[in-house]
Amino acid sequence: MLHGGHLLSVLIFFPAVGALALMMLRGDDHKFIRSIAMAVSVAEFIFSLWLLHDVQIGASGYQLEEFAKWIPAPPIHYHLGVDGISMFLVLLTTFLTPISVLASWSSIQKRVKEFFVMLLMLEVGVVGVFLSLDMFLFFLFWELMLIPMAFLIGIWGHERRVYAAVKFVLYTMAGSILMLVGIIWLYNTTGTFDLATIQQQLADGLLLGQPRTEMLLFLAFFVAFAIKVPLFPLHTWLPDAHVEAPTAGSVMLAGVLLKLGTYGMMRFCLPLFPEAAHRAARWVALLAIIGIIYGALVSLVQPNLKKLVAYSSVSHLGFVVLGIFAFHNISMQGAVYQMLAHGISTGALFLLVGMLYDRRHTFEISEFGGLSTPMPKLAAFFLFVALSSLGLPMLNGFVGEFLILLGTYQRHWGWAAWAALGVILSACYLLWSYQRVFFGEITVEKNKTLPDASVREKWILATMAVVTLWMGINSPFITKRTAAATQTVMDQVEPQRAYEAAAPAGEKPRAKGVPVSTISQQKISSSSAAAPVSVERLGIH
Amino acid sequence: MQRALPELIWSGFGVLVMLLQPFVRSRQFFTFIALLGSLAGTAAAFTALVHSGPGFSGLIQSDAFSFFFRLLVGTVSFLVVLAAGPYLDREKLPVAEFYALLFFATAGMGVLASAQELLTGFIGLEMSSISSYVLAGYRRDSLKSSESAMKYFLLGSFATAFFLYGIALVYGATGTTQLSKMAEADAAASGTLLKLGLGMILIGLGFKVAAAPFQVWTPDVYEGAPTPVTALFSAGPKAAAFALLLRIFATVPAATQYWFWAFWVLAVLTMFAGNLGALVQTNIKRLLAYSSIAHAGYILVAFAAVTSMAQGGAGEAAPAYAAVLFYLLSYALVKLGAFTIVSQLGGIGEKNLSLDDYAGLSQRQPFVAAMLSVYLLSLLGLPVTAGFFGKFYIFKAAVNSHLISLAVLMAINSVIGAYYYLRVIVVMYMREPSAEAAALPPVAFPLGVNAVLLLTFVGTILFGVYPNPVINFILRPNLLGH
Repeated sequence: MLHGGHLLSVLIFFPAVGALALMMLRGDDHKFIRSIAMAVSVAEFIFSLWLLHDVQIGASGYQLEEFAKWIPAPPIHYHLGVDGISMFLVLLTTFLTPISVLASWSSIQKRVKEFFVMLLMLEVGVVGVFLSLDMFLFFLFWELMLIPMAFLIGIWGHERRVYAAVKFVLYTMAGSILMLVGIIWLYNTTGTFDLATIQQQLADGLLLGQPRTEMLLFLAFFVAFAIKVPLFPLHTWLPDAHVEAPTAGSVMLAGVLLKLGTYGMMRFCLPLFPEAAHRAARWVALLAIIGIIYGALVSLVQPNLKKLVAYSSVSHLGFVVLGIFAFHNISMQGAVYQMLAHGISTGALFLLVGMLYDRRHTFEISEFGGLSTPMPKLAAFFLFVALSSLGLPMLNGFVGEFLILLGTYQRHWGWAAWAALGVILSACYLLWSYQRVFFGEITVEKNKTLPDASVREKWILATMAVVTLWMGINSPFITKRTAAATQTVMDQVEPQRAYEAAAPAGEKPRAKGVPVSTISQQKISSSSAAAPVSVERLGIH
Repeated sequence: MQRALPELIWSGFGVLVMLLQPFVRSRQFFTFIALLGSLAGTAAAFTALVHSGPGFSGLIQSDAFSFFFRLLVGTVSFLVVLAAGPYLDREKLPVAEFYALLFFATAGMGVLASAQELLTGFIGLEMSSISSYVLAGYRRDSLKSSESAMKYFLLGSFATAFFLYGIALVYGATGTTQLSKMAEADAAASGTLLKLGLGMILIGLGFKVAAAPFQVWTPDVYEGAPTPVTALFSAGPKAAAFALLLRIFATVPAATQYWFWAFWVLAVLTMFAGNLGALVQTNIKRLLAYSSIAHAGYILVAFAAVTSMAQGGAGEAAPAYAAVLFYLLSYALVKLGAFTIVSQLGGIGEKNLSLDDYAGLSQRQPFVAAMLSVYLLSLLGLPVTAGFFGKFYIFKAAVNSHLISLAVLMAINSVIGAYYYLRVIVVMYMREPSAEAAALPPVAFPLGVNAVLLLTFVGTILFGVYPNPVINFILRPNLLGH
């Protein structure tokens, strides 16, 4: 019944099994509950490492596919698959979940069992979204992860948690319901929900009707993803959701959930509606650049540290959207890299802010000041993470931002120039807030006796720091594996260029936009500029 | 005769209960008889399916369509019997009359669903309505209950009068009241008289299904009636009335050609009336009543798709029928479960009906709160629940018929609906219980009630993950017997 391997299904449903096991436990044995949750999430991470082993480098198309018939009419199938992009996003998710579990070890004291059940169910939903190749299944997991997140914010959050949770759900749901109409419309046109089949039809020349239809469909998907990213001006749910969420909620929200939007753009908006994507590109880039600069400026004036980090997410993800819609292979690889890097560094920032909150129960910058005296180790980690977030070379943020700017510059130098302002501004707000919080004199009495990072906190932060450094230095490890996938997206969004690229080499141009392409990378790289430019060839590393 | 077997059995049991009532004291005996009767009638639906075809010289039609609805109303009445027992004991209300009325109502709903002729439809409508009027006022000592019965009776009779007048006009226009003969009639033969008659029929049935602008009775009647009766109202008569409406407007060519816009407007009005009205409610029964109105609106969207598709021939509209039927099934299950919980938590005299009484329910009674959340999420249309597939099929039917604007309006309404469903969930999970409520012992949920909750919960999740058996059944080509 289920064709193909089982790794992807295991990755999706193992946390659900863990959540079910947790529900059977007694609610007051907190230590046991936390240990089980930790064990399940760590095991999930180890399983996902197997993806690195199983997924071939440089092979375009979906791998480790699993297929089962599910609903006869309309034909909906249980179709999973992974490629370079989704593999790393899954790894990001499974990496951040045990970190979140560890971060909530002592800060969550009431209804502990339900908290970890919700966290694990969130992981199920998110991993399911990244691995789905059937649009219906994608939508199912997309909606499914709304409820655990809403509960996480609404039950274990801070003062205005209910408002933030309801706003989050309604905002996201509005977008995704429109996406459902779009999915059904697309099904009407193509007769299938299966992503690979639709991409094949597109490559074979099936037109999506008039350009207006294609643009409407593009918008239906795009708005849903833009809400999630969040792209200016649909970002207003983010500050509230972040500030009111508990630390683990913020880490998962910023680290993983926001990437669902950009992933959706790369997976659906660009490959399925290339013409509309091209026509909308300049407007999207405009919104992205506004988001970069606006997010950074608002961060600059924030008195609330967590809100500052939240707006910095708007700014950083503006870079990602810019990289995607610049339609250049380098900037797209940079976008994927930045997705991963932002997940790690902003996740770490939220962890650090959460640690400050655990001690002082406030996020106000004015309540802090001179904290490097009582907490030198925490201050050191904070500086390290802040530097990675603003893009210091040799740390992960640099690679992503640089690749995005490089690729964007090659297509539209003006966009890159404006976006580069964001880099400067991020240095401003991060360093200035760091100075106000950690340097200077201690202005509040209570701050003099704050405990430094505990063993648990040091472990969390050290892990994040090591990953940050590793990603900054050893980026080919990731780019090597995402190159083929991003090239496929490029080919699907610019099929004409790929068509021309293959022609001079004297061979019959096959359906290049299809993920299961049989043309090897080598034959194409011998021809013109539309070749899949891998980062190594540019001699960057 | 086998073709009407379920209705005969249900009516027979109703009469039996009425006759035995003066002689038997035991309440459990009547509950047992009631369970037996509803199950027997539901089982008889299978017999009727086997012997499908017209019955009573064309007055009723036993086919897959009527089988589906007989199964649905039989299950609804079985679950209502299970759920009503503890309620009746708590409120010290007589049981035998309740079950008798329930049987007659169920029989009426069965007749409605299998009617092939308009006057038979009227008989079914009246059987179910009059029983409903009395059931609404069953708590004789409660002012609210009597008020709801009075309102329902007056407005319902008025609507039935419209229905009857419509039948008369249709007879005048076509010379027949048999749907099958009208189906063969020439579409061009329809004139103003036929349109007027069909419009009045639509008004009469529209009242029953709580379509705007005929929905005003719903919140008051649902609030005042005893809660198990409200559960019946929200699931049974609505489904049966939709069945008749579907039969008429899907099989009679004169109906399909001219009523697309009527359904379009009705759908939009109903959706907005229901959702906007529910936003401000603090009484859970009224909130669920307004949500019933909204869901009637969603089903009317599917009707608009049916009439749009059927313009290309009656067979074309199969996916739209499937949407209506599946939605009614998922909706009935969920509403039954939700109202059962409300009836148990209501307390003696139905005191605890405001949202504040549900605060912190997740901490006092986690299992109950989880069940209610699942029902509310199904009404919202969250995936993995049957409600999601229901909405999905309706969206699909609408988009298939190129009713994109209607689909977008339905999407907007789904999001508005999400707000008040979430509000209840928020109150249960994210608010602390008041001090008095926290001190009280948890409300007992006897076996029968738990069985209802279990069945509806399993049904919701099962059809949310594996709707295949139902879908395969509904999509068969000979659903309406031709």
